[in-house]
Amino acid sequence: MDEQKKDYVLLKGNEVIAKAAIRYGYDGFFGYPITPQSEVLETLAVDKPWETTGMVVLQAESEVASINMLYGAGATGKLAFTSSSSPGIALMQEGISYMAACELPGVIVSVGRGGPGLGTIQPGQADYNQAVYGGGNGDYNLIVLAPNSVQEMADCMGKAKELTFKWRVPVMILSDGVIGQMMEKVELPPFTPRRTEEEIHQQCPWATNGMGLKGRKYNYHSSLEFDPLVMEDRNHKMAEKYRKIEAEEVDYDTYKADDAEYLIVAYGISSRVSMKTVDTLREQGVKVGMLRPKTLWPFPNRILNEKAENLKCILCVEQSEGQMIKDVRLAVEGQVPVYHTGRSGGMISSPADVVDAFKAMARENISKNWPKGYWIK
Amino acid sequence: MAAPFGGRGALYMTKEELIQPENRIYGKPALMNDTPMHYCPGCSHGVVHKLVAEVIEEMGIEEDTIAICPVGCAVFAYRYLDIDWIEASHGRAPACASSVKRLWPKKLVFTYQGDGDMACIGTGEAIHAMNRGENIAMIFINNAIYGMTGGQMAPTTLMGMKTATCPYGRQADLHGYPLHITDIAVNLEGTCYVTRQAVNTVANIRKTKKAIRQAFENSLNHKGCSVVEVVSTCASGWKKTPEQANQWMTENMFPYYPLGDLKNTNE
Amino acid sequence: MTEEIIISGFGGQGVLSMGKILAYAGIMEGKQVSWMPAYGPEQRGGTANVTVIVSDDVVSSPIVSYYDTAIVLNQPSLEKFEPFVKPGGTIIYEGHSVFQAPKRDDINIYRIDAMEEAARTGNSKVFNMLVLGGLLKVRPIATVDDVVKGLHKALPERHHKLIPMNEDAIRRGMEIIQKVK
Repeated sequence: MDEQKKDYVLLKGNEVIAKAAIRYGYDGFFGYPITPQSEVLETLAVDKPWETTGMVVLQAESEVASINMLYGAGATGKLAFTSSSSPGIALMQEGISYMAACELPGVIVSVGRGGPGLGTIQPGQADYNQAVYGGGNGDYNLIVLAPNSVQEMADCMGKAKELTFKWRVPVMILSDGVIGQMMEKVELPPFTPRRTEEEIHQQCPWATNGMGLKGRKYNYHSSLEFDPLVMEDRNHKMAEKYRKIEAEEVDYDTYKADDAEYLIVAYGISSRVSMKTVDTLREQGVKVGMLRPKTLWPFPNRILNEKAENLKCILCVEQSEGQMIKDVRLAVEGQVPVYHTGRSGGMISSPADVVDAFKAMARENISKNWPKGYWIK
Repeated sequence: MAAPFGGRGALYMTKEELIQPENRIYGKPALMNDTPMHYCPGCSHGVVHKLVAEVIEEMGIEEDTIAICPVGCAVFAYRYLDIDWIEASHGRAPACASSVKRLWPKKLVFTYQGDGDMACIGTGEAIHAMNRGENIAMIFINNAIYGMTGGQMAPTTLMGMKTATCPYGRQADLHGYPLHITDIAVNLEGTCYVTRQAVNTVANIRKTKKAIRQAFENSLNHKGCSVVEVVSTCASGWKKTPEQANQWMTENMFPYYPLGDLKNTNE
Repeated sequence: MTEEIIISGFGGQGVLSMGKILAYAGIMEGKQVSWMPAYGPEQRGGTANVTVIVSDDVVSSPIVSYYDTAIVLNQPSLEKFEPFVKPGGTIIYEGHSVFQAPKRDDINIYRIDAMEEAARTGNSKVFNMLVLGGLLKVRPIATVDDVVKGLHKALPERHHKLIPMNEDAIRRGMEIIQKVK
């Protein structure tokens, strides 16, 4: 399609989450205001989807209530989402564990800020562990999508909808305050009608909505099981499903990585910053590329492991004290050194910062100082 | 002539012979299945479960009912009634019910919670669901003790009452006062029907059933939030026989938690 | 072509909306754009700045280290961003709000007396459009027609009657900007 003819709009990442949800036929939103993601609920409130698509929008009394509203919605086969930021997502962890335990669909948007604790309201990426390893109890995983542009915020809402019902696993969209607050041009998806109750009945025979009760055994969703053997069996079945997801749903992007001797691994805002770093270094004749995980779980282990064979070293760029780096190191199985750079607490590396860090890394790596320390300032 | 009591068949009827329509004078509601209940003898839960099943059956709304059960003794409520259940995390049943009712506005949505679930860990969710006027029914079993975890103090434990965590009796300076969450509910604009009942006598059981029916109808008719408190026994937690428990409840609980309708905006 | 611009001033000067209109104008020209605000708890009177990038290619980092153009609408903004203008780049400063002019001599320096002009016409609301006009004169990133098209998209229908006034301000801004060195 001709670029000029597309119906682009200029929107913030957070606004796009709201508008995309309406257009993808989400049934409900339940959330609580927190900076830097409050525009999600604000946009929904302005757009009033309950008058058009019939989508329910409710400002809950807390993040704890929000996630349990999502739990109820998912249990009945409806497609709902919530959004929050770091401390709010921390409050949701129990509910997320329950959703995972009951294998319920639901979408959680996390727009990260600097932590820990109340932290700052400025953007951050210190919630990788929270998203990928979770703060909830038990053996569970979430599918974690990592958009790096406003357009991808919209796209991820569509992808999350598909994945959460396909696998009956809650999906988290892990974004950050930059992507949430910045505006870019975006093409919104076309309107998809919400599923009718009859369609939900057909597609979700496990749903607890009473439909067709007289012709079936009743349904229930409970994460409680007193018999450890039965519980173990449930966990095994969930683990089998997770292994399938790992085999089928890995998604990543590469940038100038084909002939790279050095690789930057980054997601979200760090991948945007790193793109510019790669461009700058390429202009200087350095063979550097980037790999960007688009799914943080499942993580692109195989491609990283393969790429590592031809690399001198890897620089992991995250706006945190270094969280994803552990997964990168596991993926490359010690073939090459992996270093970290990034800022935290609400500060964001500039492309020049990453260029400096890269050069320091290259020097350090050549002088074989590794593994003295992996922090590159 | 055969002896009037001759033969095994005449003295001892088999189960199949016994359960004939003409012999039937009482039956449990069809929605109650045969899963053996885990409740202790003398517990009020079983009676309230039966009333819930009867009301749903009589209203003919099995396919239009979504029930939310709590954490606490009623955590396994989903095992006993053949309706669709969601077992919520501790205290969050009203939040869960809020989204379910808004997404399925034509259904009866009710929560079934104990005192710890509704009046302690989930006070926030309970009060906000009531205050938003969610069109749900909340059945609140108040037995003034934590039964499931083995008899610890509840928010509704009476002053001076002994439990595992207030072994010398509840004292204001150590434990604060019993929380009257139902009385709080009365003052919230979103509630339409607030009542306190018990199931210790046949007459009270009938009243409770009527109250549950009223609450369920309110949910279906979008009248607002209904709260049916059932002042209940916990014979095991109170360390009493079922009979003693009923008597103790009558003498100690009812004066503190008096029975009757507290609010009914339909009247 | 890639133009990396920082617009900085006090909250209430229309910094963010000026950036937004510029980004919309870029979209009208078929370009890639990004608009990245420095956000904070301040609602009014605090500092506000926004990075706008307009490019023929995909915008890589919305956060940049150095700028092609800095528009500074108060003294602290000048002090903060003057060192980060690329050599050969541009600073546009507002004559009334910035009392110590930029010192660098490896960049182009322009002054626009938008405050004075807004006061003269008695319409303070078009202050940021005067500045935008000045920018478009010295850095022709978008045509005035595309800015007007952008305004139609950016503003809700009920405000469309204000567009001619804004267009006039943009054209006036193009006239009053002066090269300092």
